[in-house]
Formats: sequence, C-alpha cells, structure tokens
Amino acid sequence: MNESWRRPSLRLLVLRRLEVAALALAALIAAGVVAALGNTVVGLACLGGVFVLGLGAERFVSRRFHAWGYAEREDDLLVRRGVMFLRLSVVPYGRMQFIDLTAGPLERSFGLATVRMHTAAAASDARIPGLDREEAARLRDRLAELGEAQAAGL
Amino acid sequence: MSEPDSWRRLHPLSPIVRGGRATIGAATLLLLSLVQGSRGSSDSFVELAIVGIVVVLGFVSWLVTRWRIEDDDLRIESGVLRRQSLRFPLSQTQAIDIVRSGLARIFGVAELRLRTGGSSGATARLDYVAAHEAEPLRARLLALAAGAREHEGAPQPETVVEERVLTTVPTGRLIGSILISDVGILAEAVLAALIVTAVLSPAAAAGVIGVGAAWIFTVLTLVWRRFNQEYRLSLAEAPDGLRLRSGLIALSAETIRPGRVQAVRMVEPLFWRALGWCRLEVDLAGKQRSKGEGQAERRPLRTVLPVGSRALAEELLERIVPDRPPVQSPPPRRALWKSPLRYRMLAWGRSETCVATTSGRIRRVTVWAPLEKVQSLRRVQGPLQRRLRLATVHVDTAGRSVHAAIRDRDTAEADRALVELSDLARTERRKKRR
Repeated sequence: MNESWRRPSLRLLVLRRLEVAALALAALIAAGVVAALGNTVVGLACLGGVFVLGLGAERFVSRRFHAWGYAEREDDLLVRRGVMFLRLSVVPYGRMQFIDLTAGPLERSFGLATVRMHTAAAASDARIPGLDREEAARLRDRLAELGEAQAAGL
Repeated sequence: MSEPDSWRRLHPLSPIVRGGRATIGAATLLLLSLVQGSRGSSDSFVELAIVGIVVVLGFVSWLVTRWRIEDDDLRIESGVLRRQSLRFPLSQTQAIDIVRSGLARIFGVAELRLRTGGSSGATARLDYVAAHEAEPLRARLLALAAGAREHEGAPQPETVVEERVLTTVPTGRLIGSILISDVGILAEAVLAALIVTAVLSPAAAAGVIGVGAAWIFTVLTLVWRRFNQEYRLSLAEAPDGLRLRSGLIALSAETIRPGRVQAVRMVEPLFWRALGWCRLEVDLAGKQRSKGEGQAERRPLRTVLPVGSRALAEELLERIVPDRPPVQSPPPRRALWKSPLRYRMLAWGRSETCVATTSGRIRRVTVWAPLEKVQSLRRVQGPLQRRLRLATVHVDTAGRSVHAAIRDRDTAEADRALVELSDLARTERRKKRR
C-alpha cells in the first residue's frame, strides 16, 4: 500500500501538550503547598514525582499524536492510530452512512475539528481528530461526494 | 375475499389478545372478586367499573381500526384522538410473517407482520385476523407484492407459495442438546447443588433459594426460552427465501431473505463435538426496534438449525452462503504464547466471495461473512502481538452478534489479507451495484 499519509494539524499536539501541562501545573501547586506547609521531604518527593509523571505524559501524548494518520485512496479511506495497540482501518466510501463533524470548546478555540465516518457496522472505526477547520470541511465534503458516488447500501 | 376493496375490520377479539398479560391479570382479578363477591359490594362495583371501562376502550379501538388493500398499497387506519393512517407500499415488502402468541392461539387468531427492507425496517401489523384467513391473506398480499395484479373473482388460491421443508428438529434431540449445552449444564449444576444442600440440611437450602432466587430463575428462564423458541423448529425453502417456523407456546413464522444475511456462524460446544452436532445462527441486518415487536424479532440473531449434524449444516449453509472457502490454514506456532486456549481453534480461509474464520476457547465458532456485506476492515496489533510479529484482521459487517476476526496471523500475512480482502470486497460491491 503506497499512499500518501496525511496527519492531523500540529495544533492538536499543542492542545494535547497544554492539557498535560495544565494538569501537571495543578498537581505541582498541590505538591508545593504540601512542601511549604507540611512535611518538606514528602512535598519535595511529590514535586519530583509530578515532574517525572508530567514528562512521561508528554512523551505519551506526542507519540500518540504522531501515530495518527489518514489516507484517501481511490475507493476507501485508511485511518491508522494507536501506540500500544496499532490500528489500521479500511473503510470503503461506498459503505458510508453519514459523516460527523464535531468540535468541542477546546478544539474550537484552536480552530480544530474531528471528522468521523459511520458505516452500518458498529465496530467500524474511522475517526480523525484535530483537523484544521478548512481541512475538516474539505474532507467532509469530499467523503460525502465519494460516498454518494459509490453508495452500495447494505 | 368477495369484496376486495371495502374497508375491513380486524378480528373482534383483537383487543383481548393484544392486551396480553394485562388481560390475563384482569380476568383473574374479576374471577377473584366474583368468588369473594359476597363481601363489600362497593369494592367489587369499583372493580367491575374499571373492567367495564377497559372493555369499552378496547371495543372502541377495534371499532376505529380498519384496513383495506388499495391498488398496490395496504392501508391501515386507527386511533380516535390521534388518528393514524398508514399506507404501506406492497412493492417494498421484503417479508410477510405470521406470528401467533399463546393467547392468540387460544382465541384462534393470528398476526400478520409486513416488513420493508432497509435498516429502518418499517413494519405494518395486522393484529389480529382469524387464523384460517391468515395464510390466504398472506399469499394474496405476497402475490400483490410480486406485482401480480389481482383479478376480479380470482383470488388465486394456487399462488400459495410452494415450500420445500429442508429440516425439522426432532424434540428428543433438542432436549438432549440443551441438556449438554453450556446453559443447560449451568442449570443442571445449579439444580444438583440445590438438591445436595437440601438433602444435607433443608434449612440451608431454603436460605440458598431465598438468596439466589433471582439467579436460579434467570438460568431456568434461559433454558426454557431456548426450548420454547426452538421447539419443532422447521426450515423450509420458499421462492422468497428461507421460511423459519418454530415455537411451543408462541408460534412464529418468519422469512429470511438471502440478501439480508450479514454473516453466518456455526457453534460447536465442547460436548456437542463428541456427537458431531452443531448449531447454525444467522445474523441479520437492521435495527428493527419498532414498538410491539416481540423479543424474538428484536434479536438480530436467528437460529436456523438449533442442533444437527455437520452434514446437515453443510447442506443448509450451501443455500445461505454458497462458495464457502475451506477453513484450514492455522496461525504460526508462536501464536500459542498469545492465545494458548484458542490456538487449536484458530484458522481462516477465503474464496472470491466469502471469508471464513474459526475461533473459540472451549466451543468452536466458525463464522462465514460474504464479502459483499463487508462494511470495513481493521488490522489491530496489541503490544504482545507486536513482540510476536502477529496481527489480527477484523472483518466488520452490519450484523451485531456475529463477528469475523482473523486472529493472530503473521504480520506479512495479515497485511496481505487486508489488501486482498479489500480488493475482493470492492469487486463484490461493484458487481452488486451494476
């Protein structure tokens, strides 16, 4: 399968990192309060722990981000994702029932959107998060067009 | 069928049958109050009044419900306050089923159920008509649906579709098979445990029954439901598909159109394999969840053969999924690390039109999925599989209970399978569209 893989927008990575950073910051403040008021040793250990965990989470998030990819082929859409569990879905355009374009408040503030293709099978898994808004709209329209052209029903 | 185009009413007993359990409850109440009638007359008066109101409501609903055949449509009108008029195009009909619940059999009526295609699966119900009218009416509706225009004074009784019975399941074998099936063995274990405790100490047994009543009841219900649904199940071949009839108390008859089958599976529980028995189930598309459909209709899985020999199953399979590939290629030996229990069962095969997989830990489950029904393909690889250079390919169909998965294959083989299957599925889709 030689096809050109496309990725979600880099802003998704920024968003994910910010989420991790916000969580880590909250935990750091809590640990700092412990260090200042109570047991200093325990507090410092907590600070160190939070720092290491935060770094680990950052690495996890960025690896996950780089695992995402999608490719539009002539007859089907390929979506790959996952670090621990590698998943590659092949969804024919003709099987598409409808397309969802969603954007949560955080995604929206970053100008991102998630495109999801639904088929008659519940197990089908074709979700692409963190697309540029224009790219998401383009993909949605293109998928809708191709889906209509190749519709195969049940 | 002397005047085909006039409005007709349903059977007068319909409201009673439709009330189902409520009717039985009301009748019991009424009887009880009559038996004890002597005490407090005002009490029984209230009860009588309630029953009277219900009866009048039922009568009114019967009075305002009417149906007729108009050209190629079936029209059903019902309701007083919320008038509902249903126009059901017969040309869209996929199947017409006759369903008879226990109460319906007592009163000698039957329900006709018309189903359209598509995943929305709209249903029109004629509940109820007299039992002896149901079969001719079904034949007439089917003939109309087939586009045969109705001729005046010629109701064509000979168009009653010819059926060829393929198999009937003997009751003895059904009982035997349930006794050694997974549910059956569970029920037996529960009963045996109860008896043992009862012999050892009756007091403890009473306690156990008190605590585990719900569980015991559930297990027994499962066994009973299976027996009730599969009692005297017979499968016949009709021009419009496979006709399935079964039931001990509630009779059902259903037609499975070949195009509706999303996947087929054959289940061989541990003890059945020794006897060479197996079970065939068919997964149908659709989210038919319309109100009032029985439990059996809501399940997407239909048992085509509750128990039978391999040879018989093969014969039936030939009609449901022709061109079945042999399932023989086992996964590489290192898959033993990943699925030690499943390893012996794992295999897959494919032909030009169909993919087959086997799996299962204790029972063996073989799944056939026609490639023209494939909705999507997925290749999944977990951490352990990656270390062992294995991967699993899932074949997704619209069926909800049967799932084909080509488990634990060599990575290269899985990739090849993904490419081949998506190509073959595309060819099949194109063939169908043309």
